[in-house]
Amino acid sequence: MQSVGVLALQGGVAEHATILRKLNFNVIEIRTPDVLDYISALFLPGGESTTLLFLMNRWGLTEQIQRMGENGFPIFGTCAGAVLLSSSISEMEHEIRQESLHLADVKAIRNYFGRQTRSFIEDLSIQGLEDTFRGVFIRAPLLQPLSERVDVLSSVDDGPVLVRQDNLWLSSFHPELTSDDRLHRLFLERSGLLSREE
Amino acid sequence: MKKTRTEGTWEAKAGLARMLKGGVIMDVVTPEQAELAQNSGAVAVMALERVPADIRAQGGVARMSDPDMIKSIQQIVNIPVMAKCRIGHFVEAQILEAMNIDYIDESEVLTPADEKNHVYKFDFKVPFICGATNLGEALRRIGEGAAMIRTKGEAGTGNVVEAVRHARSVLGSIRKLKVTPPEELMTIAKEMGAPYDLVKYVHENGCLPVVNFAAGGVATPADAALMMQLGMDGVFVGSGIFKSGNPEKRARAIVEAVSRFNDPEILAEVSRNLGEAMVGINISTLPDEERMADRGW
Repeated sequence: MQSVGVLALQGGVAEHATILRKLNFNVIEIRTPDVLDYISALFLPGGESTTLLFLMNRWGLTEQIQRMGENGFPIFGTCAGAVLLSSSISEMEHEIRQESLHLADVKAIRNYFGRQTRSFIEDLSIQGLEDTFRGVFIRAPLLQPLSERVDVLSSVDDGPVLVRQDNLWLSSFHPELTSDDRLHRLFLERSGLLSREE
Repeated sequence: MKKTRTEGTWEAKAGLARMLKGGVIMDVVTPEQAELAQNSGAVAVMALERVPADIRAQGGVARMSDPDMIKSIQQIVNIPVMAKCRIGHFVEAQILEAMNIDYIDESEVLTPADEKNHVYKFDFKVPFICGATNLGEALRRIGEGAAMIRTKGEAGTGNVVEAVRHARSVLGSIRKLKVTPPEELMTIAKEMGAPYDLVKYVHENGCLPVVNFAAGGVATPADAALMMQLGMDGVFVGSGIFKSGNPEKRARAIVEAVSRFNDPEILAEVSRNLGEAMVGINISTLPDEERMADRGW
């Protein structure tokens, strides 16, 4: 059985783990760098990006995850996780200077759609999926590609919300808050960890 | 394809709470404190004029904070900003929603505005968190639309004993309900005064349908880790941080402790040399009328 990691410092960890276990993966919760060697892919969950970054630095995870991402290791970041993967971060209301893993050529604009009262649900068309996918957007970022290496897999009227740069997948929305495993499955298939279902 | 976007749904309300799990939410009374909280790894801040320890000390009617004060905090931090309304005061809630607050705490720390009814929370796009001392109370609040639950504890005392009592009560009842035969559920719903469908949900799923945080009396990294090991999803720290000797150090230490709550060696490391904790109050010396946990029902 292959193992997939979920960064387990804060946020929607259990939700990713539930979907991955249903897909028959062994789930390893990542809190320290020593267990990173045992996984074949990594999920960075939703949560607060400032908190996640603070804790990744504190527990010595930042550099190793950065190195893995640079070397083609499959990483999927959802919402705050996507912010962490982006090379540039801004915010709608505030001037911010926020560090990140600087892995994908993407500018993440945090809280693009507004505060919590503007959080929304929208059905998305996603490249690679036949039927629409229920997108749960919570204080979500917009993900603007900064180079041609980035493919846009789904957009709303405002701009891109699911993008891929080779081994790195970033979503504005929370596939882990639905019971729909198709996007997790698509990422794992394209990363060579799951064979396509007929 | 025509795109349909819906805001303020249950999924979006309860979903934000899910993203706060494993995090620490800190009470702040100034923009400076809010910034310090964000830099120390808080997942959200609770903006209020007085922390519970001061509300206790000063007495009088405690109300919703001045909108300008809340706004000054919204302008400084980019993490979610929560604020409190009085129990049953749906107009304070409307005002907070109009200010685009991210979460409303319908809180017993403020003086209740209605002694019989809580706010009907389904009327709002903004999500609500409510306190509970036992499972029946938690399910009543969820039945009215609360998208997140917390223990009441005894706010402003720096004493974790009531939070532990409430956490054990809620989690213990959930464990019992899980193994209760289905024919007994209706009677339990009647005795608890809780909606039957929610009692049935807990029986079938073995958990609340919403996230459940600890609050009220958490003052040290060890307190926070204790609540996490008991099975809570995250921690509120009210007076515990900014009423202590070194708020910045303590704030960071509590965030670190919650992220590694099962690792005693780490807990030992982060607990070192934090300066003085808030003084604290022994609950048994607290007169009944000063107990905030008895407010709400």
